[in-house]
Parts: sequence; C-alpha cells; structure tokens
Amino acid sequence: MTDYIELSYLDLAFAALLVLFNAGLSLALGLGLERRMLLAALRMTVQLLLVGLVLEALFQTVSLWLTALVALVMVLFAGREILARQERRLAGWWGYGIGATNMLLAGMVVTLLALGGPLRPEPPDLSPWFDPRYAIPLFGMILGNAMTGISLGLDSLTTMVGRERAGIEAQLLLGANRWRAMRTVARQALRTGFTPMLNSMAAAGVVFLPGMMTGQILAGVAPEQAVKYQILLLFLIAGATGLGVLGAVMASVWRLTDDRHRLRLDRLK
Amino acid sequence: MLQVDNLQRPGGPLNFGPVTFQIERGECLALTGRSGAGKSLLLRAVADLDPNEGTVALGGEARAAMPATTWRRRVAYFPAEPGWWLEHVGEHMADRVAACEILARLGFADPDDVMSWPISRLSSGERQRIALARGLAGGREILLLDEPTSALDADSCALVEALLQQCLDDGVAILLVSHDPDQIARMARRRLHLEGGRLVAAP
Repeated sequence: MTDYIELSYLDLAFAALLVLFNAGLSLALGLGLERRMLLAALRMTVQLLLVGLVLEALFQTVSLWLTALVALVMVLFAGREILARQERRLAGWWGYGIGATNMLLAGMVVTLLALGGPLRPEPPDLSPWFDPRYAIPLFGMILGNAMTGISLGLDSLTTMVGRERAGIEAQLLLGANRWRAMRTVARQALRTGFTPMLNSMAAAGVVFLPGMMTGQILAGVAPEQAVKYQILLLFLIAGATGLGVLGAVMASVWRLTDDRHRLRLDRLK
Repeated sequence: MLQVDNLQRPGGPLNFGPVTFQIERGECLALTGRSGAGKSLLLRAVADLDPNEGTVALGGEARAAMPATTWRRRVAYFPAEPGWWLEHVGEHMADRVAACEILARLGFADPDDVMSWPISRLSSGERQRIALARGLAGGREILLLDEPTSALDADSCALVEALLQQCLDDGVAILLVSHDPDQIARMARRRLHLEGGRLVAAP
C-alpha cells in the first residue's frame, strides 16, 4: 500500500485547465502570450513524461557505466544551455568547454561526496553507491543549480570585460598582472553567479517552501525528514554552485587574458 | 635607448607595420599621422598591450625576456582616454605623495582634496592631467603619450609641457602623438609620420 495520493492522468488534465484558463485570459486581454504558454506547458508535459519513462527503465538496471553515461549526457545538454544564456561568449570550444567542464567537475565531486556520505544507499550490498535511483535525481538537481549560477556568472563576466575594458587596461598599463587587473570584474561575476543560490537559501522556508521538500511531504514523508533532506540538498547545491562558478569564472578570466598580461577581447565573439 | 624593429600586428584588418625606429635617452620623438593611421595601435603594440610581432628592446634588454608587468612599469603608455576602475581619484594612486606632487605642478591648487574627488565628476581635462600624475609617479623610463594635452587649455597645456620637459632633462625618452604642429615644434626634434600603418617621410 502507499501512504500518498496516487495521481491519475485525469487529475493532471484537471490541473491543466488552469493553464487553459490563463491562456484564455491572455487571449481576452490581447497579451499575445497564449501560444507560448500552451507550447511551454505542452513541452513541459511531454518532456517530463518521457523522463519518467526513461527513469523507470534506467532504475531497472543498476550499472556504473549506464549511470555515468546518463550523467554525461545531462552535462552535455546543460553545457549548451550555459552557452545559450550568454550574450557574448568565448570563441571556439572554450565557451562550451569551460562551462561544461566546471559543471561536470563540481557536480561530480559534490554528488560523489553525498553518495559516499549522508546519502549512501542502504544496505550497500543490495544497492551500490551508483544506484541510478539516488545518483541521477541528485546529480540532476545539483547540475541544474550549478548551471544557473555558472551561466549567470559567465554572462556577467563577458559583458563586464567589454564595458570595463579601459579600466582593466589602465591597471595593466600601471604594471598590474592579469589577475589583479581583472579582480573587480571577476568579483562582480562571482557575486552575480552566487546570488540565486544565496537568495534561495536565505528565503527557503520563510518566503517559499522548496519544491523538493513540498514534493516529499505530499508523497507522505514526515515533514521533519523532508526538511532534513531539503537542508542537505541546499548545502550540496551551494557547494556545487560555489565550486562551479568559481572554476568557470577563473578559467574564463585566464582565457580572456594571456601570459603577456594582455586583455584579449578578440577571444570573445 | 628604446629600439623597435619590424614591429607589426599579426594579420587582421587593423594592421600596421612593419615599423622600425629608435628613441634616445632624453629625446622626444613626435609621431604624427591622420586619425586612423595606426598611431594608437603602434603605441599599444610598443606597450605590449595587443598581440604583436617584431622585437622591442629597452637599453639593450629585450622585451621578450622581461615580464610584461615589468615592461609596462618601465615603458608607460598613456591612452588618449584614460581608464578608471574605482570610484575616487585617490583609490587609483599607488603612490599618493608622488602623485600629489605632480598634481601640484599641473595646476591643481589642493592636490590632497583632489584625491577624494569622484571620477564621474571629472572634466576630460582633469582626467588627462590626473592620469598623467597617476602614471608618472613611479620612475618611468619611456613615456608613450597619446595626445596628452588634447583636452587642455593653453595654460594647463604649458604646465604639462613643462613637466614633460623636466622628464626629458632627467633622461626619460618620450614618444609623443600630437596633432598640434606648434607643440611638436616645441617638444620634439625628430618626427615619425604614419600613413596607412606605414612610416613615411614627414610631409
């Protein structure tokens, strides 16, 4: 037996009426948003249903290689997303590579830490640490947040170096090295990248109930346990976002300058 | 003292060179040419601020053998539009005492007060002179000056020229970009003329 309310497709259709209602409002008020709204809702439904199928199938097979492969595919998609969210980006493979590599490293380190420690599946002989049932949702959640942070940080960096070029070069001309000259913009980029993570930690529980926790409570988990899960997850997310943003911004600063301590805006496009 | 051989930008549409010239100790060499002739690009290349090819040496020491940070402390480039990265004048000065001394000579009545001025409220003439004080405080050997008096009135201009003359007397060498023939006549004995990125005989 289950101690949560099982949802039927009819339930979903009922909730979807709300989106239809919104679309109707948009139509009536001439906002022109109805098409995009319906498409987005449709896209979300199809994507999530498909992911549900994939996860069902994935959870049947407990294989290290399969888990790693799925995680890699997720990183590759997220890397594209980071690139798409930047107005100016590093030319060539660097733009994609720096975002994706740092996301992979930060996400992997933090996920492995969690799976090796607080979230070790029990008992270990029945379900190994790479059991996709734990590893994939955890990695996905961490990855998504790191992705948001990294794309914001890099977008801020690449926009700012163009605007602050004269100030950066003035410092270089006075004999500053590249790290020193880029400090102001790098710090601003880091700040921008960290902001969503800091905000969500500061507001969690007071302004909003985090989605994962709400989901667990609805699914019948005791609030006390759900809250612990949420806190753990926020710490993991903070760790991964911090590492990822720092790595990506510093690597980009390195790539935007050269060993003769010049600002290389020609490496942006 | 400063020896530049076959300096050029590698490829690209903003090309100039190869350019060869030298400046002696205590000499002011004027660099003229129409807007867009490549004067600023040439100065940037000497300061090693853009990728460039060719050899540059200071007193026999090759630039390539020196860290770029050391090079730019010895060979100081002053762009026509100086850059700033903090809010107030004083925060940009590594050596406030030396900077204040220079500001006093450039006609600022109360240099200590200048240190608290916000950058956003400086006139372009003030910016030019303050940037000069900022860059000169620290024992430079070569000055690459890109129109250092373009935003100044005649009086301030005379003060800047007097300061530069003092530098020359101290053995500093100057490469001076200027559109003012009188200033060139006052400051420099030799002149380079750039046309379409090439050095040509001065008209």
